[in-house]
Amino acid sequence: MSDLKQIIVDGLWKKNPATVQLLGLCPLLAVTGSVVNALGLGFATILVLVGSNLSVSLIRNYVSEAVRLPAFVMIIASFTTCVELLMQAFTYELYQILGIFIPLIVTNCAILGRADAFASKNPLMPSLIDGVMMGLGFTAILVLLGGMREVIGLGTLFSNMHLLFGSMAENWTVIVFDDYKGMLFAILPPGAFIGLGLIIALKNIIDTKIKEREDALKTEVVTGSKRARVTGTVS
Amino acid sequence: MSLLAITSPHMNKSNARGVGFIMTQVVLATVPGILAMTWFFGWGTIINICFALLVALACEALVLKLRKRPIGFYLKDGSAIVTALLLALAIPPLAPWWLTLVGVAFAIIVAKHMYGGMGYNPFNPAMVAYALLLVSFPVDMTQWVLPDTAPSFSGTFQHIFGLAPAFDGMTSATPLDAFKHSANQTLNELFQSTPALKSETLHAWQFVSMAYLLGGIYLLTRRIYTWHAPVGMLGSLSVMALIFSLYDADVYASVSFHLLTGATMLGAFFIVTDPVTTATSTKGRLIFGIGVGVLIYIIRAFGNYPDAVAFAVLLMNFAAPFIDQYSQPRTYGHKQARKGLPKKKD
Repeated sequence: MSDLKQIIVDGLWKKNPATVQLLGLCPLLAVTGSVVNALGLGFATILVLVGSNLSVSLIRNYVSEAVRLPAFVMIIASFTTCVELLMQAFTYELYQILGIFIPLIVTNCAILGRADAFASKNPLMPSLIDGVMMGLGFTAILVLLGGMREVIGLGTLFSNMHLLFGSMAENWTVIVFDDYKGMLFAILPPGAFIGLGLIIALKNIIDTKIKEREDALKTEVVTGSKRARVTGTVS
Repeated sequence: MSLLAITSPHMNKSNARGVGFIMTQVVLATVPGILAMTWFFGWGTIINICFALLVALACEALVLKLRKRPIGFYLKDGSAIVTALLLALAIPPLAPWWLTLVGVAFAIIVAKHMYGGMGYNPFNPAMVAYALLLVSFPVDMTQWVLPDTAPSFSGTFQHIFGLAPAFDGMTSATPLDAFKHSANQTLNELFQSTPALKSETLHAWQFVSMAYLLGGIYLLTRRIYTWHAPVGMLGSLSVMALIFSLYDADVYASVSFHLLTGATMLGAFFIVTDPVTTATSTKGRLIFGIGVGVLIYIIRAFGNYPDAVAFAVLLMNFAAPFIDQYSQPRTYGHKQARKGLPKKKD
């Protein structure tokens, strides 16, 4: 596998920040009450992650080892402030719903983790791809969890999408269950924990199945291997 | 004369009391409670129990199949039946069918089997499900039918399964709930004005509680469990209630009100006595029971939820391993009991 392909697979699946590294759990669990919240925070995180990865990669040869973490945090904080101002300008209502969790992106370990573990050691292009892919992997889990909790908790899907996409998304709301009383538990924090647990379990099942299939392929007879055979040799 | 020489093991199939035996005894002990509930609150209890049992057995079989465990063996031990039974007794008699379905499925699949199944669950499955339902569907979970106004069997059946439009004006809050939302009245005014606190309603609750007490005493005499956990719980709840009602009898309810309404007796004799999720030693169980009682009073008197048995039991379930560390009995031959984790050797 080429390096770029490896980075893509790592970000989306093998080292997914949400399901494998379990980083950034605070926003992951706190704001995934609906798809629109999850998507809003996901986009904000992608922007910050890409920006910080780019900048960290650019300055990686000029910042000494001793002061690298404060420098990274400064960079991340600057980008978070940019995103916060952007959201205030264009999606003010969503900004108000997400509240403290937008500024808290600064403390999202997934972003600092990528800056330190990847971007500070790699050139510009791989760092950019890594930022996009890690961000997408994180956002995908956010949206999946948000969707799960919205369907179970409120019986709808994609409600209030106009907060993010403007008036064209006014009627995107899908009512999954008619006359649904709502299950508060899924919207509350315990629902997020259980939902994330189920998603991680699902990923582990898929990984196990893939591994089983690979192992089954591996055991096929390879030419040149030893066989219980009394005459002649295997060519 | 020859003496019969018996070698170990002294427990064998003819005298060992397996899980199945204990669970059968617990089911038997709930019979007075079920009868009392049915007498006062109508057929809903029985219908709920039957439906919960069906769901529990189906869920248990499904999960056992997924986990590749012997299905018949685990279904026969009756633990799923007891879980479903206790949950069905705890939820309101006229609860709609989906409430029972969600609760029982959650108890068996998530609270029991996701933690490793029978004997491995850190939290009481019935109480986990009850807490889930109470948090998710507060309205449905606090509407109890008033005693002696329950509809007929077919009426109840149609109500539970949503075949007929809902009855009006038949349900009301539980006494604890009514008591909770009564900030501006003194106790005397309150007991006269609220239907849920009329003497007939209170009598019904007291009678049901007494029936559970009867079942609990039966289990105690059969030595299914020791007295420590129930006595600890009822004792500490009584002491707390006594202290506060002596302090201000106009605001805090009396001892008997706390002991004989809500799920106190059900909790004391059927929930905190669960062998899996509570502390292990007798001393530990006493501490566990005391903790549950204190928490019940605190949540009932100062918390947001009217009844607190489920939350108190779950909170103490968290504490059970900790209690175990500090309540180990003295081992024979040692002078002192061990406290806490074993010391690290240098």
